[in-house]
Amino acid sequence: MIELKGVTRRFGDAVAVDNIDLTIETGEVCVLVGSSGCGKSTTLRMINRLLPRTSGEILVDGEDINKADPEALRLNMGYAIQSTGLFPHWTVARNIGVVPDLLKWPTHKRDERVSELLTLLGLDPATDAIKYPHQLSGGQAQRVGVARALAGDPNILLMDEPFGALDAITRENLQQEMLRIQRQLSKTTVFVTHDIDEALKLATRIAVMDQGRIIQHDTPEAILRRPASAFVENLIGKGDRGLKLLALRTVGDVMERYPRPRQSDPLTEGLKETDSLRAALSVMVWQNSDQLPVLSEAGDAVGTVKREQLLQGGV
Amino acid sequence: MRPWLAPVALIAVLCALAALLPAMAPLFSWVEPNTDSLIYTRDSFWFLLQSHIWLVLVSATIGTLVAVSAGIFVTRPAGRDFLPLVSQVASIGQTVPPVAVLALAVPAMGFGEKPTLLALVLYGLLPILRNTLAGLGGINPAVLESAKGMGMSSAQVLFKVELPLAGRVILAGIRTSVTINIATAAIGSTIGARTLGDPVIAGLVNGNTAYVVQGAILIGLLALATDSLFEAIERAWGRTFSI
Repeated sequence: MIELKGVTRRFGDAVAVDNIDLTIETGEVCVLVGSSGCGKSTTLRMINRLLPRTSGEILVDGEDINKADPEALRLNMGYAIQSTGLFPHWTVARNIGVVPDLLKWPTHKRDERVSELLTLLGLDPATDAIKYPHQLSGGQAQRVGVARALAGDPNILLMDEPFGALDAITRENLQQEMLRIQRQLSKTTVFVTHDIDEALKLATRIAVMDQGRIIQHDTPEAILRRPASAFVENLIGKGDRGLKLLALRTVGDVMERYPRPRQSDPLTEGLKETDSLRAALSVMVWQNSDQLPVLSEAGDAVGTVKREQLLQGGV
Repeated sequence: MRPWLAPVALIAVLCALAALLPAMAPLFSWVEPNTDSLIYTRDSFWFLLQSHIWLVLVSATIGTLVAVSAGIFVTRPAGRDFLPLVSQVASIGQTVPPVAVLALAVPAMGFGEKPTLLALVLYGLLPILRNTLAGLGGINPAVLESAKGMGMSSAQVLFKVELPLAGRVILAGIRTSVTINIATAAIGSTIGARTLGDPVIAGLVNGNTAYVVQGAILIGLLALATDSLFEAIERAWGRTFSI
């Protein structure tokens, strides 16, 4: 659990973070969202003490972080940033192994961990491990950056716009990976972004920041349904609020499940349980149908979903 | 192994010439037909070569230690206030000709090896310092930020990240410094240091071109050999750290 109590950070006369209170529960993904210069990165960097705070208290599991040794504190907090910051003179494997090395893990344990993480992030332990950062694509480099952050098995993960510089498709993929990894590992995560869609997708709770203050701290659904101010309303965009709400739920939440999976015609186009309601609706509109089968990975029909069910799901 | 071929060959030629020049008197009669003393004999070329190398080696070692430490110091938080001062001194110092440093050192330290060493150290400092600052300053700030964020201590960031990344640029500075100083050391002969400049000076004073040619050939070869040695080292560094 991370607690920020009355935390302020000034740069000269300018106040970057203004007396914020924020509690991040163990295992949740807290997304700090806001426009650039709102203090979200500053907040993040105060948690691992890359920036000292001007006043206030930051507690991790009840302990003030200023009491701990800063290096020991950071070794227990994975850190991934937008520009990756991979060490250009080290191979991918050595980059990922940096924290295990600093923690003096035995070599075989470190090597196992590195190949485990490469696999987890969809990289090939045989071919990608020996590459150097300049040989990677942007998406691969960012995967390595995330793997490096996870390598020491930290309790806390800090991510500063890790997918901000990627193209839309790669970003979408990595967001999916993040969700999958988070389901497996449930790390306490603080994630900074300026992209409200990314925030809605990844967050357990979102903290909307503006001019150094937290305007609203709530679940994605609550932020969409009850924005606290005109600023938040603008941020989430009034126009497609309903669609964003649909995007929060998956087909699995509203579908009618068959008692047992049925064989289906291999040519039928269907939905997956993990598809969002928004994507499902889009498919229905495109195919002009009222009802679509829901298929498992193997291609069996496990249920069906109707248009009315989808629309009610957003309510 | 191939990068090491050129330096090894050049060093072999240099040693062979230093040993065999005295036997090549007939060759120099082409250059200087009107005299009997065709070969510089006051000291052996071997001795002068060793003394020359020794001067350059000592000055380069001191210069490297001082310049790299200074470069590291002014890029740490504690020394950052000195950065503008030091980088300015480094640029200005480069514009002072080495002969001037020698001339100024003699009144303070007398004749011989010592003022030469001082001049060589001072003159050699600047390229190394400049390249150390450029090398350390040229590292992507995101790399340093993430190194710190990973939990490395300042010393670990310096030795695991900064120096390996800046190493090639620093090495290039040392290479420039040493190459310049091989030439500059020869001027030390004018104030009594024993270097390969001796035959050159003696030849100029006595109007004996053969002496000048002998000194110049050896100095030139020494500079070439050293330069290609550094090139091989830089390549090896690049391969080790794959930059």
